Amino acid sequence: MSEHTVAAYDKELGQLGRNIAEMGGLAEKMISDAMDALLAMDVELARAVVATDQRLDALQRQVEELAILTIARRQPMAVDLREIVAAIRVSGDLERVGDLAKNIAKRTLKLAMEPRIPRAAIGLKHMGETAQLQLKNVLDAYASRDIDKAKEVWERDAELDAMEDSVFRDLLTYMMEDPRNISFCTHLLFCSKNLERAGDHATNIAETVYYLVTGQSLPIDRPKGGSSLTTTAN
Amino acid sequence: MSDVDLMTHPAQSKTVAAQAKLEVRNLDFFYGASKALKNINLRLEANTVTAFIGPSGCVKSTLLRVLNRMYDLYPGQRAEGEVLLDGQNILNPSVDLNLLRARVGMVFQKPTPFPMTIYDNIAFGIKLYENISKSELDGRVEHALRGAALWNEVKDKLNASGLSLSGGQQQRLCIARTVAIQPEVILFDEPCSALDPISTAKVEELIDELKTKYTIAIVTHNMQQAARVSEKTAFMYLGELIEFDETTKIFTAPSVRQTQDYITGRFG
Repeated sequence: MSEHTVAAYDKELGQLGRNIAEMGGLAEKMISDAMDALLAMDVELARAVVATDQRLDALQRQVEELAILTIARRQPMAVDLREIVAAIRVSGDLERVGDLAKNIAKRTLKLAMEPRIPRAAIGLKHMGETAQLQLKNVLDAYASRDIDKAKEVWERDAELDAMEDSVFRDLLTYMMEDPRNISFCTHLLFCSKNLERAGDHATNIAETVYYLVTGQSLPIDRPKGGSSLTTTAN
Repeated sequence: MSDVDLMTHPAQSKTVAAQAKLEVRNLDFFYGASKALKNINLRLEANTVTAFIGPSGCVKSTLLRVLNRMYDLYPGQRAEGEVLLDGQNILNPSVDLNLLRARVGMVFQKPTPFPMTIYDNIAFGIKLYENISKSELDGRVEHALRGAALWNEVKDKLNASGLSLSGGQQQRLCIARTVAIQPEVILFDEPCSALDPISTAKVEELIDELKTKYTIAIVTHNMQQAARVSEKTAFMYLGELIEFDETTKIFTAPSVRQTQDYITGRFG
C-alpha cells in the first residue's frame, strides 16, 4: 500500500497496527502460560497471568482511543476505514481472550489448593495447544493480510468444538466415578469452555481479517464440530 | 449497450434500466484539438443523486457542462457521442437550448444571484418561460423559496437585493431559482465549496429533499459530502470514468486501485 499524502495519517495507522501486534503477543502468551500453569499446577505462573491482563486491558483502551481520534481527524474511507474498524474489533477479541486466560489462571489457583486428580487436566492439553495454534495463525493472517490463512482458521474452529465435547465426556466420567471429583472437574469444564471460546474469538478475528482485505463478509454460518448441547455459538 | 451494462451493479441493473433519466453514451469532448473527456458511458437514474469525484482538472465540471450544453456558449468546444434525456439525444443541433436548460438546471460553485430583488431573482426565470398572472407568480416564488428552505428567512424582505443575503442564503436562492422553473434534472457544480458547515448542511438537506422530485448530479471535492448525499458515485481521472458504482461500495470497498488511492488520500 502506498503512503498517504499526510504522513501523520500513516503514523496513526502504524501505531494502531503496533498496538494490535503487542496485544496479540500478550494474548498468545497468556493462553500459553495459563495452560502451562494449569497442567503443572504452577501457582506463581498463574498469578503472573492474572497480572498481565491489566496490560492487555490498557492496550485495548489505547487502541479504541486512537481509533476514535483517527476517525475524527481523518474521516477514513475504504481500506483505511476497514483497517480502523478491524483494529477496534480485533482488540476487543484479544482483550476477551486475555480475560479467558485470566479465568483459567484463577481457577488454577483454586485447583492447586486441592489437586484431586491432576490427570483429568491432561485432556485439556491438546485443546490448549489447538487454541494457541488458532490464535497464532490468525494473528499471522492479520499481520500479513492473508485471507487464505484466515479462512483456514475460520474452518478449523470445528476441531476445537469437537475436542470440547470429548473433554466434556471425560470429565463427566470422572465425576460419576467419585462425586468428590465434582468440584475439581467443574473448574476444568469451565477451563475447557474458556479454550473453546478463545477459539471463537480467533474465528472472529479471521472474519475481521477477511473483511479488512476484501471488503466482503464471510458467510454467517461456519462449519460446526460440537453438539449443540455443549457448545454455544459465539 | 454492453459498456453500459458493465457500469451497473448486478443487483441494481433491473431498476437502473427502468429508470435511467439521463444516459451518456460513448461521449468524447474536445477543447479545440485536445480531448478532455474520453469515451464516457454512464446513466443517471431518476430520483437519485449521482456524485462525481476526482482530482482538480479531471474534467468533472466539463462533463456536467455537457449535460445541459453549457459548453455551447464557447467557440471551439464540441462533444461527440450521445447524451440521452428521456431517450432524446440532447447533443443534436436541433435541440432548443433554452428549453433544454429549463429541463436541466444548474447550480454553480459560487452563488450567482442576479443584482435584483430576491423576488425578481426567482420570478425572472419563470417569466422567461411562462406567461402567468401576478398572483400565480407570487405563489410560484413562494413555492420555490420554500422548496429551497429559504422562505422563512426571506419572506419579510422579498424586495431586498439578492446580494444582501449571506453566502449560504445566496446559494439557496440560486437553488430556488433553478427549482422555480420546474426542471427535471439539477446539476450541482461544487455547490458548497464556498459555504460554512451550517449552510452546507442546509444545502445537503435540501438536496436530499429535491431528489424525491428531480434527478440530481453533483460535482464535489468533499468526499464526505459525496458519501453523505449520493446513491451513486463516479470517480473520474484525466478525462476518463475510472469507476462508477453504488456510493456505499465506492467508499467502503472500491474495486479499482486508483479510486481507493484517491479517496484514501494516497494520490499523486
